[in-house]
Amino acid sequence: MKQSGIHYTMRLGVDVGGTNTDAVLVDGLRVVASCKQPTTEDVSSGIEAALRRVLMSAGVEAQAVTAVMIGTTHFTNAFVARQSLLPVGILRVALPAARGIPPLVDWPRDIRQAIGGPCFQVRGGVQYDGRVNAELDEKAVREAAQQFREAGIQSVAISSLFAPISADMELRAADIVRAEMGAEVAITLSHTIGRIGLLERENATIMNASLARLSREVVRSFGAAMRALSLQAPFYISQNDGTLMSADFVERYPVLTFASGPTNSMRGAARLGGHETAMVADIGGTTTDFGWLAGGFPRESSVSVDVGGVRTNFRMPDIYALGLGGGSRVVEQGGDVAIGPGSVGYRLLEEALVFGGSTLTATDIAVAAGYAEIGDRDRVAHLDAALVERCVTRIHDMVAGGVDRMKTSAEPVPLILVGGGAVLINRDIPGTTEVIVPGHAGVANAIGASIAQIGGETDRVFSYEQSGREAALAAARAEACERAVAAGARPDSIVVIDLEELPLAYVPGNAVRVKVKVAGDLAAGI
Amino acid sequence: MKISLEDLPYIATGAAFLGTGGGGDPYIGRMLATSAIEEFGSPELVSVESLADDANVYTIAMLGAPTVLVEKGACGDDIDLALAQLQEYTGRRADAVIPIEIGGVNSLVPVMAAARTGLPLVDADGMGRAFPEIQMVTYNVHGVSCTPLVVTDEHLNSLVVNTGSAKRAEDLVRVCAVEMGCSVMLSSYLMTGRQVKDSAVTGTMTLALAIGRAIAAGRRAGDPVGALLSALRATPYYSHCKVIFDGKVSDLQRDTRGGFSVGLCDLVALDGSGSAMQLVFQNEHLVARQDGAVRAIVPDLICVVDRETAEPIPVEGLKYGQRVKVLGVSAPPILRTPAALQVFGPAAFGLDDPFQPIESL
Repeated sequence: MKQSGIHYTMRLGVDVGGTNTDAVLVDGLRVVASCKQPTTEDVSSGIEAALRRVLMSAGVEAQAVTAVMIGTTHFTNAFVARQSLLPVGILRVALPAARGIPPLVDWPRDIRQAIGGPCFQVRGGVQYDGRVNAELDEKAVREAAQQFREAGIQSVAISSLFAPISADMELRAADIVRAEMGAEVAITLSHTIGRIGLLERENATIMNASLARLSREVVRSFGAAMRALSLQAPFYISQNDGTLMSADFVERYPVLTFASGPTNSMRGAARLGGHETAMVADIGGTTTDFGWLAGGFPRESSVSVDVGGVRTNFRMPDIYALGLGGGSRVVEQGGDVAIGPGSVGYRLLEEALVFGGSTLTATDIAVAAGYAEIGDRDRVAHLDAALVERCVTRIHDMVAGGVDRMKTSAEPVPLILVGGGAVLINRDIPGTTEVIVPGHAGVANAIGASIAQIGGETDRVFSYEQSGREAALAAARAEACERAVAAGARPDSIVVIDLEELPLAYVPGNAVRVKVKVAGDLAAGI
Repeated sequence: MKISLEDLPYIATGAAFLGTGGGGDPYIGRMLATSAIEEFGSPELVSVESLADDANVYTIAMLGAPTVLVEKGACGDDIDLALAQLQEYTGRRADAVIPIEIGGVNSLVPVMAAARTGLPLVDADGMGRAFPEIQMVTYNVHGVSCTPLVVTDEHLNSLVVNTGSAKRAEDLVRVCAVEMGCSVMLSSYLMTGRQVKDSAVTGTMTLALAIGRAIAAGRRAGDPVGALLSALRATPYYSHCKVIFDGKVSDLQRDTRGGFSVGLCDLVALDGSGSAMQLVFQNEHLVARQDGAVRAIVPDLICVVDRETAEPIPVEGLKYGQRVKVLGVSAPPILRTPAALQVFGPAAFGLDDPFQPIESL
């Protein structure tokens, strides 16, 4: 990245995980300082402590920081643990269609009870080609809103049939609900969250609505931490696709942070490893997560993803998890060796042989083979050299298999290793051009947050008959770019990250709904 | 026996396997059947033999684009309406319902219909697998008339279709389906109990359930593909079955043409032999060739499963690098007669290769 002017782009990247809050101070491409702090109950004091430490150790004043980027798994964890969720008023605008599959039909019972509030289906929505399915039953919407109010509902989820094709009825229904329930009611509309696939989109909409109170609290606590440190810089929160959202946007759409953890980790690893297109393997204690990064962004999963037992169609990174980690148990079975998927996990420091335990783990093998220096090497000196060699070969084969599975073609690719288990690997991996183990890998998530980009979107109907497809797409791209620049992106760094064309067959003139999302690096000096 | 809520996930897995790559995602069908059973109770599954020769047996199925199905689902009373209208039109009161196809989503739509109407569900179907068009069914091969046929949509619009041939009915209904929102319910092939006995592939609902259960039990025991093969060998139809390839997806070409998902999937062997397999699909897998030689061909079943978990992988779920096992499975004998091969043999899909049973390959 080229730096312009005399301002340095001092940025703080923060990753708020379930266990640790990591912070990094980045100056352009250089990591100035990093630290790890335990995550606290109130979130904000943990962030404050991490940021204070990282600024102190770098000797940098808060005023010198130009932006703060936060990545968090807080909302995902809350949903999975069923904590701090609001009961949701559920409104589906699709009758007479889809009535055979009512909302929440496939939800686990415990979470259905936790957040399933009153539920109504009313007439409305459009068909696959934009034709009206049924006129919106405004009276029924009003009655549903009254029932929500009487039930003390504070957050409402509205999903209409084929809303990604036309959102008009969702918007109108929201106006009616707000008029009945008051301006303070939180409303989530399905077209802002998901794509075609009513059940999955509706699920995500309800999930988002259930997080309305928590998101308000968490975003405010982020703000409190900034103020306590006198940080004047704007703060952003990273979302699933690796772009940043403003704080007030996250307050409304917390569900869009659900997959930001793996996205930040992969993007951070790639940045540290110096490649925009690469395979990333995060080797932990129990599993290795493989992901493929093309042009700095992770490949998306094409199948439905379950979050906390609920089926969704979020754009999630395509991750392949293999049962291999530093704590994987090593078992000899008649001449053959099996490594994982069983693992001693976080008990590695007690159970592994090198730490005086009695379980043979993958870490012990790496120490016995002489390429890892962990614990007491003498405790694995008795292992048979042939067995150790077989295990080392097996570990490398497993990683090579994971790399091959996630590749998009047979071409060799660079492999970047992060995570504590990266010590298991010290040989070449077939199918790769090189194996890179970068420094600062322990805070890859926070690095990933610090390099998240500014996005710009447009979503408009074009008549291809009038303008032609090429001109229409160019116009849509230009509009999205303008918005990204207005939000602070550097013009020469902007690329298209998502383009979707939805033909509206019923509308004359070959009408097509075009959605474009672009992203660019944060401009210097902002 | 009764079909319970607990059976549905197993039926869905078995139906996905018998879908041979197509047939539509059984997930939506499972949700429909789940909500119907929760509301109306479990339907009774009856054998073909238990039907009286003069019983009136109605088919019920969904037809349309899978991408629309995931948004619109189905309603239930659209199913009721299709059955009611066809009964009214023919003046023959329904004694039972029967699936047209056991592969994919249409295995579970009749479960929903039976739960809603209280009619028994016949343990049989007209394909023993999945096919893309409504004339590709054993009922048609045995001379059962496809029409009169009733199509309904979620607005409870309905149409009665009468044509001279099942293929013509397919053509007309496709057009209507587009106008009716690209996903419709239909009841057709009204049969007597005698006709069902002569033309249906019997016992397939039970088989789908058994296949799904075998895969689940195999996962617990650590050998899902082995358990699946054992279960197939114990069936009257699918007993000639084998793993015809163990490899990884090395290339994929797909296209949407004429409302079908068509394409090629290349695989390379995992044993390092360099051997390659190519699958040709049109919604369902049509032919599997290893190093140029046919290893399995339609109407025999070509099923791609995850090599570790035996999870059936639909055509739209295939991805570069996946480790899979390809199974070749014998089609029920009723699908392999000369008359049947004319309707859904290799030539019906534009393939030049003649049909060769899996056991001879």
